[in-house]
Amino acid sequence: MMKMSKSKRKRLIYNCVTFALVIVAFIVLQSMIANKTITRSLKGQLVPICCWVVMAVSLNLVIGISGELSLGHAGFMSVGAYTGAVVSGWLLRAFDMQDPTLRLVVAVAAGGILAGIAGTLIGIPVLRLRGDYLAIVTLAFGEIIRNLVNVLYIGTANGKLYFSFLNKELPADVTMLVDGAKGAVKIKPISTFTAGFVLIILTLIVVLNLVNSRAGRAIKACRDNRIAAESMGVNVTKYKMMAFVTAAVLAGMAGALYGLNSSTVVPTQFTFNQSINVLVFVVLGGLGNVLGSIISATLLTVLPEILRAFADYRMLVYAVVLILVMIATNNPIIRAWLTRLGNIFRHKFQRGTEKGGAAR
Amino acid sequence: MKKLFAVLMAAVMLMSCTAVLAEGEAVTLKIAHIGPTTGAAALYGLATLHGAEVAVEEVNAAGGKYKIELINEDDEHNVEKVINAYNAALDAGAQMILGTTTSKPCEAAGAQGYVDRVFFLTPSASSTAVTEDKDNVYQICFSDPNQGAASAQYIAEHKLGTKIAVIYNNADVYSTGIRDTFVEKGKELGLEIVSETTFTDETTDFTVQVADAQNKGAEIVFLPMYYTPASMILQTAAAKEYKPIFFGVDGMDGILSVEGFDTSLAEGVMLLTPFVATSADEKVANFVSKYKAAYNEVPIQFAADAYDGIYILVEAAEKAGITAEMEAEEVCDLMIAAMQEITVDGITGSMTWDATGAVTKTPMAATIVNGEYVFE
Repeated sequence: MMKMSKSKRKRLIYNCVTFALVIVAFIVLQSMIANKTITRSLKGQLVPICCWVVMAVSLNLVIGISGELSLGHAGFMSVGAYTGAVVSGWLLRAFDMQDPTLRLVVAVAAGGILAGIAGTLIGIPVLRLRGDYLAIVTLAFGEIIRNLVNVLYIGTANGKLYFSFLNKELPADVTMLVDGAKGAVKIKPISTFTAGFVLIILTLIVVLNLVNSRAGRAIKACRDNRIAAESMGVNVTKYKMMAFVTAAVLAGMAGALYGLNSSTVVPTQFTFNQSINVLVFVVLGGLGNVLGSIISATLLTVLPEILRAFADYRMLVYAVVLILVMIATNNPIIRAWLTRLGNIFRHKFQRGTEKGGAAR
Repeated sequence: MKKLFAVLMAAVMLMSCTAVLAEGEAVTLKIAHIGPTTGAAALYGLATLHGAEVAVEEVNAAGGKYKIELINEDDEHNVEKVINAYNAALDAGAQMILGTTTSKPCEAAGAQGYVDRVFFLTPSASSTAVTEDKDNVYQICFSDPNQGAASAQYIAEHKLGTKIAVIYNNADVYSTGIRDTFVEKGKELGLEIVSETTFTDETTDFTVQVADAQNKGAEIVFLPMYYTPASMILQTAAAKEYKPIFFGVDGMDGILSVEGFDTSLAEGVMLLTPFVATSADEKVANFVSKYKAAYNEVPIQFAADAYDGIYILVEAAEKAGITAEMEAEEVCDLMIAAMQEITVDGITGSMTWDATGAVTKTPMAATIVNGEYVFE
């Protein structure tokens, strides 16, 4: 057995736990679906949960790993959602591509690519700014994307795509795919939970590998001390761009999956509030903590639905729960207790592996 | 001791028998109301919920064939949340859905219901996309463009005039949709459209449009638009001392509450609306007084639509022979068939439906008199 440094082993365990958690959750839920023991309510939320998990993990890459506060993440999601809806509708109507899986794959890839292009365009001017300025500019870009989409008209006829901006000037025989303020319309929902699971795994592979690579260390160095990193010859803008664009691509893919889960998508779904929502997932899960992002995104998406019993008071209860969790996770006593709990597990695990190693 | 026991047993059995009989009489119907009861559109969701609650109370008190259990789920006027609300309603055992209140969520939930086979009756979602490509969604209100046809019909039937001017917003689907069907139906009914002018969202001066109508001698000016531009048109016409009949659609509802608008200018304006709370009609008065007593406010059109909705569902359920044990999937196709056969006399008119899910009812128009909406 190759000798591993302590930090390397710790990281390996962390990554294994993250993947294992996602895979186990997937298997449990799939068997629940097969047994029909799952409630409709939970089943209906599976795809949105996958989307929000990917959103949270990708935003964590920008905020936690790269250390830049981005408030426009929902903008990239909307680019992905609209692209996915248009590509899927176009493939179906123009090329009669009936296979939903193939259509979904192409649509999600296209959503990721377009969001990546948007991320690059936005990143070039934005990443030259620092701190609060960057936050405000990303916020503004998120709103610009939403407002552009609000006056965008796309239709398809005879295998061609027709675009129109501001005014709806399209040939009369087109089938509308994006209809201005009405959003993307007549989407045939093709997203599946399995696709969501695959996307989460893909996201984890990309993000965890990036974080633990040479580039990832450079990104973290820029976060911890920009001047020191620059003096060591690290190209700060390049590495920040890398994190930012990767996150945008992942958000676009999540958006495409999200858009294709519903029969319609409207621009008002991707407001500034939605970006803040994802930010809440990230902060609650812990900055830089991918596993935490996954758990918090899942719990906070499911929570309002569990609280339906409280009827009109549920958003109030939701807010209170949010405050309590924030206080609890920042309480030194509770934190110490959690660390101790973690240590106990870790010791057991390590002893287990050492024994295993000795036996060999 | 044995005797006493026997008597007791007999008594228990008798009681349980009567209990079974009593239960056999009323079938419990589980109806879910879905609408935004929180958030920005809560005004509308609460109106439909309260309207439905008034009707449910009446139906249950009347002791007919059905007893209704109303389930309420909040959709926050959000396309993602409405699916959660819909699933939660079905988890709670809903057999059919009264909703959803607003158009865009109704489009999303209706499409899901089309796949799952769940019956929807929406009180107030008026866009055409709500019923398009689905056989499971029925409307109580007119769809947006159908208001145009209904207006033309009303004008022709009541012989309000034959020379008509149309001013519409050509950058707005609502406005152009209504204009299109109005012109089409108008031609059919022999209405002469003498002037047709357009504006956009940015227009603040309506002199050209009003002058064109005036010069061509229009007796009626049809205004398919929301109340803000309409209020400007009324001001312009007043300045020109041009006094035709102004005829609006449901977007005109609310013109009396425009800030800084002299409501005396709106005197005599007519608008297509199915419900006016001050109506002398006995059924309407009964609904309004009960609604006021329960919620301490005057019901709006949305509440009246939902109130009718409960009666429509009960009538259709009776026709379809829905029982308490039926699942939503089974109920759906039976209800679809029944909806096309029934005629319901509600407080928003006498209604029938065709296979598209769109309602056919006699259009009613209110006139503004002394700053209040009144029916003829």
